[in-house]
Amino acid sequence: MTILDVVEIVVKAIIILVFPPFLLGVIARTKAVFAGRVGPPLLQPYYDLIKLFAKDSVISRTTTWVFLAGPAVALVGAVVAATLVPVGNDRAIWAFQGDFIALAYVLGLSRYFTMAAALDTGSSFEGMGAAREATFACLAEPAFILGLLAIARATGSLSLSGFLGAPIAHVWSVAGASLVLVAGGLLLVLLAENSRIPVDDPNTHLELTMIHEVMVLDHGGPPFGVILYGAAIKLFVFVSLLVRIVLPFDHPAWLVWTTFFAGQIAIAVVIGVIESVMARLRMPYVPALLLSGCLFCALAIVLLVR
Amino acid sequence: MTTLFDPLLVTVLLLNLYALGASRMRAVIGATALQGVCLGILAIAAHSEIDAEVIAVAVVAVGLKAIVIPRLLYKAMRDVAIERDVEPLIGLIPSLLIGALGTVFSVIFSQTLPLAPSMQGSLVLPSSFATVLTGCVVLTTRRKAITQVVGYLILENGIFIMGLSLLDAMPFMVEVGVLLDLFVAIFVMGIIINHVSREFASTDAAELASLKEE
Amino acid sequence: MTGCLIAVAVLVGSAAVALFAGRRSRASSAIAAIGCIVAAGFALPDAIVALAGAGPVEVAVTWAPPIETLRLGLDPLSAFFIVPLVLLGAVCGVYGAFYLDDQRERRWLAAPACFYNLLVASMLVVLISRDAIGFVIAWELMTLASYFLVVFDHEQLEVRRAGFVYLVASHVGVACVLSSFLLLGDNGFAFADMLAHPVAGSTAVAAAVLGLIGFGVKAGIVPLHVWLPEAHAAAPSHVSALMSGVMIKLGIYGILRTITLVGPALPWGPVFLGLGVVGALVGISLAIYQRDLKRALAYSSVENIGIILIGLGVGLWAAANGYPQIAALGLCGGLFHVWNHVIMKGLMFLGAGSLLHGAGTRDLEQMGGLIKPMPRTGALLFVGTLAISALPPLNGFASEWLIYLGLARGGTEGSPGAGLLLLFAVAAMATVGVLAVLCFVRIIGMALLGQPRSEASRDAHESGRGLVVPMLVLATAAIAMPFVLPLIVGSLDPVIAELTPTAVPQGAVTAALEPLAILGIVLWAGCIAVFLLVRRLARRRRAAETWGCGYVAPSSRMQYSGASFAEGIHRLLPTALRARIVAQQSTDLFPAPGQMSADRQDPFTRAAYEPMLDRGARRFGQLRWVQQGLLHLYILYVVLAVVVVITIVSIRDYWVLP
Repeated sequence: MTILDVVEIVVKAIIILVFPPFLLGVIARTKAVFAGRVGPPLLQPYYDLIKLFAKDSVISRTTTWVFLAGPAVALVGAVVAATLVPVGNDRAIWAFQGDFIALAYVLGLSRYFTMAAALDTGSSFEGMGAAREATFACLAEPAFILGLLAIARATGSLSLSGFLGAPIAHVWSVAGASLVLVAGGLLLVLLAENSRIPVDDPNTHLELTMIHEVMVLDHGGPPFGVILYGAAIKLFVFVSLLVRIVLPFDHPAWLVWTTFFAGQIAIAVVIGVIESVMARLRMPYVPALLLSGCLFCALAIVLLVR
Repeated sequence: MTTLFDPLLVTVLLLNLYALGASRMRAVIGATALQGVCLGILAIAAHSEIDAEVIAVAVVAVGLKAIVIPRLLYKAMRDVAIERDVEPLIGLIPSLLIGALGTVFSVIFSQTLPLAPSMQGSLVLPSSFATVLTGCVVLTTRRKAITQVVGYLILENGIFIMGLSLLDAMPFMVEVGVLLDLFVAIFVMGIIINHVSREFASTDAAELASLKEE
Repeated sequence: MTGCLIAVAVLVGSAAVALFAGRRSRASSAIAAIGCIVAAGFALPDAIVALAGAGPVEVAVTWAPPIETLRLGLDPLSAFFIVPLVLLGAVCGVYGAFYLDDQRERRWLAAPACFYNLLVASMLVVLISRDAIGFVIAWELMTLASYFLVVFDHEQLEVRRAGFVYLVASHVGVACVLSSFLLLGDNGFAFADMLAHPVAGSTAVAAAVLGLIGFGVKAGIVPLHVWLPEAHAAAPSHVSALMSGVMIKLGIYGILRTITLVGPALPWGPVFLGLGVVGALVGISLAIYQRDLKRALAYSSVENIGIILIGLGVGLWAAANGYPQIAALGLCGGLFHVWNHVIMKGLMFLGAGSLLHGAGTRDLEQMGGLIKPMPRTGALLFVGTLAISALPPLNGFASEWLIYLGLARGGTEGSPGAGLLLLFAVAAMATVGVLAVLCFVRIIGMALLGQPRSEASRDAHESGRGLVVPMLVLATAAIAMPFVLPLIVGSLDPVIAELTPTAVPQGAVTAALEPLAILGIVLWAGCIAVFLLVRRLARRRRAAETWGCGYVAPSSRMQYSGASFAEGIHRLLPTALRARIVAQQSTDLFPAPGQMSADRQDPFTRAAYEPMLDRGARRFGQLRWVQQGLLHLYILYVVLAVVVVITIVSIRDYWVLP
C-alpha cells in the first residue's frame, strides 16, 4: 500500500461522497431543456440537501426506531456498494472475488430497511409502494446478476475490478453483440432500481402512481435528505457500472478519468432524454419490461457460452 | 414308552371328531377334558427318563385341562344359563366331514415335511395339526361364546402335542409357560363372557356384527 | 463416544423422571430442560473431538435377540450434525419449559416434556448408529416421539389431520429407507460391512433412489414436502423450531450417509442441483402468500433445504469433475448452511412462538404493530429475518456466499454446457434471495410494524425472560457466526473427506470468507454510526399522525395487508403454484355485497396427492365387502390363509422340487 494508493482511495472516497447529487442535477436540467424551460441550476440537488438538513422533522406516532433506521441503512448500503464499483479508473476502493454478488446483496439490505421503514408508518400508501418495490426487485435482480455473470464468464474474472476495464475491451472486439445486450439489460435495471421513467415517475404527485416516492412519503426534513443522498449514490453506482461497460478505456490515466466523468454525464443525459420522450408504463406492463431485461442478459450469456 | 404313543394319539384324533359331532355342550366339554387326560399321559410317556419335573408338568397339565378348566366352564354354563345345545352354523354332519378332511390333510402334509428319521412314521405331527384344525373349525362354526372357548382349548391341545415332538429342544420353562398362558387365557375369557352376557343379554357371537362399516 | 452414550442415557432418564413427576407440571418441564442442557454438555466435547480429526470410534452394545448387537459410533459426519442437535435441543428445551408453562392448569405437561427429551435422544441415537437396524429403530422412535409432540393441541381438527399426514408421510419414508438398506445390506447390516462390500450397477442406483426418496421425505425435498407445512404449523413453537431446525437436517444426514454407503460414482451432483433449484424456488414461492406465520416459516425451511442441496450439488459435481476449489466452496457452503439454518430457523420459530404467546394468534392478518408492546421480541425477530433473507452482515449470507462463489466459479471455469446451467443456477438463487427478502419484509411488516389489526394485537404483552433469553442466544450466534466461520473451516475437512474421494483444499474457503468478515464489520459500524447520526439530525421533531392524503378517519384496517403485499408477485407466479381464489364481485354501479375465498392449500397436495389418494381410496373401498364384522369370518380368513399357504409350500417342496 503505497502513498499513491492511499491518495487514490481518498480521492475516490471524496468522489463517491460528493459527486452523485450532480447527476440528479444533470438529469433535471436535461429534462428542462427538452421541455423548453431554463430549468434549475446544475447544483440544485446540493442546495436541496443543505435545506433539508437544516429543517425540523415531523415523525409519525405510529413509527418506531425502524423509521429512522431505513434511511440510515439505505445510505450505508449505497456507500458500501459504491466502494465496490470501479470509480475513475478500473479499480474500486475495495475488490474481492465475487464482489458483484456482495454488491447486489448490500443493495438488497438497503431495500429491506427502506421497505421496513415504509411499512412502519402503517399507511396504505407506503405499503403499496413497498409491495411494488418488492415485486419489481424480484424481476430486476435476476437481470442484474445475469448481466454481470455474462461479463464474468466472458472475462474469466469474478471481481468487478477484474472484469470492468481492460478485459472487457477485449471482449468488445470478440463478442460485442453480447455486451450490447448486457448493456441494454443493465440500463433497464438501472431505470427500475432508481425509479426512473418508464418504471416510475419521480416527479409525479399522485400517490397511486408512485413506487419509490410513495415509500418515503412520511419521511421529511433530515431523514428525507439522507434518503435523497442515498438514492443519488445508488444511481451513481449503477451509472458507473454502465460507464465501465460501455467505455472500457484502461490507459492512459487522464483518458480513463475523463471518460469516466464524461460517461457519467452522458448517461445522465440519456436518462433525462428517456424520461422526456417516454411516459411511465402502465403498472401491469412493468414486469414485462423487466422480464425482457432478464431475457437480454440471458441471451447474452447463451451467446457467450457458445 | 412309545408303545403307548400311537393309541393315545389315535384316541385324541377320535375325541376331536367326537367334539365336532356332539350336539350337547356338556359332551363337548367332556371330550376336551378327556383329551387333557390323554395329553397328560402322553407328556409322561414322551420323556425317556421320568423325574420329578416330568411328573409335575403332567400333573399340572392334567389338572388344568381335565379338571380346573372344565369345571370353570360348567360353572359358567350354569351362571349364564345357556341352553344345553351347541348351535352350529353349518350343521353337525358337515362339521364332521370337515374334521375328517382336516385329519387327512394333516397326514398328507406331515409326510411332505423333512423330518428326522426318528419322527418319520410317528403320528405326533399329524394329530397335532389335526387337533389344531379341529379347534379352528370349532371356533369358526359355533355360535356360542362358550363353544369358542372350547375351540380355543382344543387348539391349545394341538399345540401341546406339537411341543411333545420337539421334546429335546423344548425347555421345561416353555412347557410350563404354555400351560400358564392357557390358564390365563381361559380366565380372561370367562370374565369377558360374563360381562358380554350381562351387557348384551346374549353370548351369541353372530350378533356382534356392529363392527361392520357403514 | 462415551459422552454421547451418557447424553442419551441422561435424556432418556430425565424423560422418565419427568413423566413420573407428572403431578407437578413445572417440575417435569424443568427436569426435562435440565436434562437437555446436561446432555448437551456431555455430547458436545465428543463431537468437537471427532470434528477435530480424531478417527472414527465404534462401540458394540449387546441387545436381545434377534438383533444381537447394536453398533454405535461417532464419525465426523455424525459429529457435524450432533453439534447443532444438542445445542438447539437445549435452547428449545428451555424455551419450551417456559412456553407451555401458562397451560399447566389445563393440561398435563409431563407428556410433552418427556416426549421432547425422547425426541432429542432418538435423534442422537440416529446420528451415532453404525448399523442399519439401530438406525431404523431410532428413526422410527424419532417419528413417533415427534408425532406425539405435533398433536399436542389435539382438540383442533387441523392439528389431528396434520399429525396424521405427518405419520403417513414419515412411514412412506421409512419404508423407502428400509428398502434401501435391505438392498445395501447383502453382507451384513453394519455400515462397516456395507462399506467393505459396495454394491454396483442397478442395485446401487435403486438403493440410491430409494434412499433419496426416503430421506427426502424427512428433509422436505419438493415434491415430498407436503407434510412439512402442516406438521410444523400445528406443533408447539419450540417443537417446530427443533423439527424445522434439526429434524429435517437429519434427512440431509441420511442422504449424505447413503452417498458414503453407495459411493460417489453416481451423478449426485446434477441431481442435487436440480432438486435444490426447484425446491428453493417452489418453497419460497409458496411461502410468500401464506397467512399463517408458521406455515410461511415451514415453506421457508423447504427453500433453505433447496439451497443446502444446491451447495452440496455443486460441490459433489465439482469434486467428480476435477475442480477441487469449487468443490470446497460448494460443500462448505452447503454444510455451513446446515448449521446456519439451524440457528436462523430456530430463532424465527421461537420468535413466532413469542408472538403467538403475546398476541394470541398466528394469523398475519390479525397482527400488527407488535414491536411496540414487544420490543425485545421484535428486535430479535428483526435479526432473525435479516439472517434468513441471507442479507449481510449476518450468518445466512455467509453460507450462501460460499455457494454463490462455487456456482459462479463453476459457471465461469466450467465447460460450456455445465457452465451455462451453473450460471442460470446463480440467477435462480438470486431470485430466491430477493423473493425471500419480500417474504420476510412482509412478515415483519405485517406482524411487527404499523398499527394493530385486531383486539388481541392491541392487548399484546411482552414475553418473559424465559422466552427471550433462548432467542437472544440464537440471535447472538447469528450475529457472531460470520466472524467465527473462517476459524472453523478446518473442522469440515474430515466431513468432506467422507463424501468425496478426492482431496479438497480449504484455502479457497477461508480466502472467500475473509472479505465477508471485513464487510460485516464495516456494515455494523456504518449502520450503527449513521443511525445515531440520523437520530441526532432529526432531534428537533414533533409528532403527528401518518400522512393519510387528507383522509380524516384512518383505521388500522386500511393498512396494506399481507395478501395485498404479496399480490403483485402472486400474480406473476405460475398458475400451478398460486392460491385458488374464488371471488364474487358485483358488476353494478353501486357497491353490493361480495364474497371472496382463498384456498392456500399446498398445490402439490391439491393437484397430485389428494386426487391420487382419493382414487386409491375409492378402489380399495370396493374391497369393503370383506369386512363383515363377524368374528367367525375373521377366524375363517386366518385359517384359510394358513391352510392355503401350507398347501402351496408342501406342493412346491414335495412334488415340484423333489
